[in-house]
Amino acid sequence: MKHSKRITLGVAALAASAALVLSGCSSSSSTTSAATSTDGSALTPVKLQLQWFTQAQFAGYYAALDQGYFADEGLDVTIVEGGTDIVPQTQLADGAVDYAVAWVPKALASREQGAGITDVAQILQKSGTLQVSMADKNIKTAADLKGKVVGNWGYGNEFEMFAGITKAGLDPATDVQLVQQAFDESGLLDGSIDAAQAETYNEYAQILETINPATGKLYQPSDLNVIDWNDEGTAMLQDAIWANTDKLNNDQAYQDQTVKFLTAALKGWIYARDNPQKASDIVVAKGSQLGASHQLWQTNEINKLIWPSPDGIGMIDDSAWKQTVDVAMTAKNLEGTTVITKEPDSDAYTNTYVQKALDALKGEGVDVTGTSYAPITVTLTEGGK
Amino acid sequence: MTMTRGADRTKSRASAVLWGVLGIVVLAVLWEGYKAVGPVAGVELFGTSILPKTDDRSMPHLVDMLTRAIEPVNTSAGSPPVWVAVIGAALNSLGVAAVGWAVGSVVGFLIALLMQRLHVAERAVLPWLILSQTVPLIALAPVIVAWGGKIQIGAFSWDRWMSVAVIASYLAFFPVAVGALRGLQSPDAIHVELMRTYNAGWFRTLLKLRLPASVPYLLPALRLGAASAIVGTVVAEVSTGYKGGIGRMIIEFAQSGTSDPAKAYAPIAGAVVLGLVSAAIVALIGLSLKRFNRQEAAS
Repeated sequence: MKHSKRITLGVAALAASAALVLSGCSSSSSTTSAATSTDGSALTPVKLQLQWFTQAQFAGYYAALDQGYFADEGLDVTIVEGGTDIVPQTQLADGAVDYAVAWVPKALASREQGAGITDVAQILQKSGTLQVSMADKNIKTAADLKGKVVGNWGYGNEFEMFAGITKAGLDPATDVQLVQQAFDESGLLDGSIDAAQAETYNEYAQILETINPATGKLYQPSDLNVIDWNDEGTAMLQDAIWANTDKLNNDQAYQDQTVKFLTAALKGWIYARDNPQKASDIVVAKGSQLGASHQLWQTNEINKLIWPSPDGIGMIDDSAWKQTVDVAMTAKNLEGTTVITKEPDSDAYTNTYVQKALDALKGEGVDVTGTSYAPITVTLTEGGK
Repeated sequence: MTMTRGADRTKSRASAVLWGVLGIVVLAVLWEGYKAVGPVAGVELFGTSILPKTDDRSMPHLVDMLTRAIEPVNTSAGSPPVWVAVIGAALNSLGVAAVGWAVGSVVGFLIALLMQRLHVAERAVLPWLILSQTVPLIALAPVIVAWGGKIQIGAFSWDRWMSVAVIASYLAFFPVAVGALRGLQSPDAIHVELMRTYNAGWFRTLLKLRLPASVPYLLPALRLGAASAIVGTVVAEVSTGYKGGIGRMIIEFAQSGTSDPAKAYAPIAGAVVLGLVSAAIVALIGLSLKRFNRQEAAS
């Protein structure tokens, strides 16, 4: 009796685990069966690797997917989210994905180590990195950082700051006290860091979503000072779309596909510019865990980093590129290393494909420069819910 | 006689539950107690933090964590309460971990069989097994994802969750391989010789002697493997960016740690419960092998 009960239990447990195994197999296997375009022809599968999880930093790509712009171009695009150990440009160079979103300096470093990748569209025209401090610390320029506790994330996110400190005539090793900062702003809020690194579209908002104990209300921009590396002249280019150099040079189909991909992606970004609320909703619906007001803030801030784009969205600006390369070659971090050691070769970026994409969009009568772009006002809520 | 035995068992079971509850209470008292008396800025010695800060951002009150857990994840329409989302994510991770555990256990057991059969294989493979566990997961994850990204056989294409399961199995196979090997080698020489006098070949000896004898070693190894599979799944989710599981949820919620600190603890608690559940499932499987399980204490 006792014995059979045991066996029954065991069998039940086996069955339960088998069910788990099967559900693990079935629930996650995405249904990518035979996607077809509106005219019935088969779509070309394309994978885009992001740097991080779903968030409005990538709103344009999600909008292009949601609005069917990719399908209109005959592409079946899968957006692959990043993870802590996924390096987008490496995934691209390894051939696991077709395109990748990556910061220019990090991608240039990978290029120097042999990754065959090319910047085909520079989405963000400005840097979103700030050094944020409480207003009473009076840190308004890089020179004010002297003698302060300065936080940075490391992992290649720190070079604009090192360049800025050096440019202000300070020695990063002795004149400021550098500390490794967690990927949040708690160090700034509890006072252990005087000036903390933050992206305008993410961490800066998280500060503004926190109650200021002194006032009992959310922190206001007036409670804070920011150093903007765009103003300090050491900003580096950030989010860009990278493609496989080899295939760009040798594969006609990939070249055509790149133009189509860029056309749809840029159109998605233009949609996000004109419909920030809807673009943010699309991202939230895609399963972002950070809340709706935070994503709307992020959409708006990303838009500010893109627009206006006088040459058209995605065009790589020569002078901004030069500044990025200069900083990447000269700014030394604490170990004394620079991002790259020599000028990148001519395959590092090209405007060929983005120009074709822009021409196609202009042909459709789309505004690709956003000259009259005006940001919206976003009200943040506690915790960004 | 049976009456007293039954009563004894009920009593011991009740006391086990009591001890379990007591453990949780002690943890809660420690947390809130330290928070009440500990210095707000924590304790630092020579610039290294020794004791954590006790402000509400670093150590939220337990009550706040619990209330946060029953509130919706965010304000978007149809957002489920945090605890519901956590359970969903935990089940997802459990499924992936189960695949990893099953694959890892089978592979581990086969390796153990090989090592038992061929002594030269044991000497050749065992050091590599140990070496394999020293490869850091974060070095492994991108490689597996990159390889997986290239696999496309007909309608089958490699999904991100499979990479996670592979990493989980990579952690899970090791205890099983080592435990099973010890178990298969556990019969005394006198028993092996008895089988030989029966003219039993390797396979019959395996079936009649070695497999039953390995059970007391195998069960704890399987439990260890299950725990490793859970750890592997959680870490691999974070590291590969696989969506939907508890590991990913931990890091997503931690992102809002600045402004919504109590939220981050719900998925952590979920991961703990997940580990316990997986151990319980393996324990249940073990019940059906109870007949062979002489030495190992039932758990």
